[in-house]
Amino acid sequence: MKNHKTIVLSNQEISPGYFRMRILAPEYNRLAKPGQFVMFRVQRSLLPLLRRPFGIFRAGFMPADCDTMPPKEFIEIIYKVVGSGTEIMQGLHYGDPIELLGPLGAGFDLSLTGGDSIMVGGGIGLVPLYMLAESIADPSRAEVLIGGRTRDDVITVTEFERLGVKTFVSTEDGSLGDEGLVTRVLESRLEKKPGARVFACGPMPMIRAVEKICRSRGVQLQVSLEELMACGVGACLGCVVKGEGHTNDNPSYLCTCKVGPVFHAGDLAWEDTVSADDCECGADR
Amino acid sequence: MNRREKVDKPLNLQVEIAGITFKNPIMPASGTFGYGEEYAPYLDLNSLGAIVTKGLSLRPKAGNNTPRVCETIGGMLNAIGLQNVGLEQFIYQKLPFLEQFDTPVIVNFFGNTQDEYGEVAARLDELPAVAGLEMNISCPNVKHGGIVFGTDPRAAFDAVSAVRKKTSKPLIVKLTPNVTDIQVTARAVEEAGADAVSLINTLTGMAVDVKTRRPRLANTIGGLSGPAIRPIAVRLVHQVVQAVKIPVIGIGGISRAMDALEFLIVGAKAVQVGTANFVDPNAMATIIDELETFCREEGIEDINDVIGTLKA
Repeated sequence: MKNHKTIVLSNQEISPGYFRMRILAPEYNRLAKPGQFVMFRVQRSLLPLLRRPFGIFRAGFMPADCDTMPPKEFIEIIYKVVGSGTEIMQGLHYGDPIELLGPLGAGFDLSLTGGDSIMVGGGIGLVPLYMLAESIADPSRAEVLIGGRTRDDVITVTEFERLGVKTFVSTEDGSLGDEGLVTRVLESRLEKKPGARVFACGPMPMIRAVEKICRSRGVQLQVSLEELMACGVGACLGCVVKGEGHTNDNPSYLCTCKVGPVFHAGDLAWEDTVSADDCECGADR
Repeated sequence: MNRREKVDKPLNLQVEIAGITFKNPIMPASGTFGYGEEYAPYLDLNSLGAIVTKGLSLRPKAGNNTPRVCETIGGMLNAIGLQNVGLEQFIYQKLPFLEQFDTPVIVNFFGNTQDEYGEVAARLDELPAVAGLEMNISCPNVKHGGIVFGTDPRAAFDAVSAVRKKTSKPLIVKLTPNVTDIQVTARAVEEAGADAVSLINTLTGMAVDVKTRRPRLANTIGGLSGPAIRPIAVRLVHQVVQAVKIPVIGIGGISRAMDALEFLIVGAKAVQVGTANFVDPNAMATIIDELETFCREEGIEDINDVIGTLKA
């Protein structure tokens, strides 16, 4: 956990409205764990004032500018342009200064990736699943279900394929892969692999549906959540979700930034979350 | 003159408020710094003037539904709802961590009734690790139809008097700006026995998502903080300094030393940094550094020589 004043290495549009940014990030190969995120500061400005959280897509090394220097360590984030912050981000180029706070949060529980694994990613929710897929010892026993509204929302399929992970693509309008929701694909895959563990990240309605499917089948599930947050370190208490057994008299609020963003589904209060539509309003959307 | 000699002159940043000695006039604003431990990886807590904790109540408090925060131009709205671990859990789980630092701990607290305020103060009074109390009077008075203590000078006076009876520790009262005349409230709490006042708490505000036509906060109304509110805060501190004899701590949109100096010049003896901690976890350390540099460049040997030096 550290605040780096660093630079952008590259920033490319990979699908309409989706950008992949590579950032110089010392120590991240050693420190970053699958499911963790960074708080990204675009510039010293009043708009946007606050940092924005982004899941780490991957960490890696690239050749140095000359052979007397060590290789450059980098991370990649993928973002969708949705608000004032990401609008400025899409205009950044090589060498532009930015600040990176991280790696933050608790990632996936990797002790559960031994057997069959099914990863479910909706749109930009695919991002934190890539490092998880990289960490799976036997990729042939892992599959990733990729969902999106249209084909534009389906990103990084090739990257997953290169890892040797089986991919299933579905879109709501049928413009790529199967037509329908990714949760339908999950149901059919769980028929084939009832003992698989599920890892999910995506929009809240998808997460809720995935949780219902997994609970009814007794399947172990980990979810990566996104909430509005100001600090990223557990101080502002803006990003809380209700924990299992939460009541007003005996509150159990868990910070998405610190206890999460990845939770065991069983540690969260689902009934409550289903009734209250308290997760989907966003300053950045 | 030897240039080197000038640079090495000792610089005093130390200030004293209500018997507490602060290494420098920079401390966090309650609610933006957790219980200190959240920021320890990024910042040396020993370098701060004081540590001000998240507001505590007698029993744990759940807080509001999410969304609890949203960004606005040059600031943010929050409606956390005073979520906190409660007094006892603070004492056993959070306070021991803070005791290891050579920095005064100021505990922010609130109550839903006058009696509850008194009860929390009495319990905190017993703790040697607590250097001072900061009383938040910006919360609704449950017994009197939910009117905010701090917006009714009479209720503010009564609540502060009740707390004063229960503690001999330095008592700072944090004022709300959401009143017609802040000088009236400031005088009321001074009369009730406050040792200092801190201001401003957040300004009430609201933002609407134009697509869903819903408020951007689950609580509809929230508190506005950040650089956007600084001119209002400086004005209010200026007015309160003229109204009371007790020391004033300035709060509101401070993110650089220059911002802090504005408050000191109008008469605040120290300042609290809030939203800036969220933007940059190292913000207060940077402000302290900048303050030192400013003093050296301007030939100021003692920060106290800056306080209350506003010229007409």
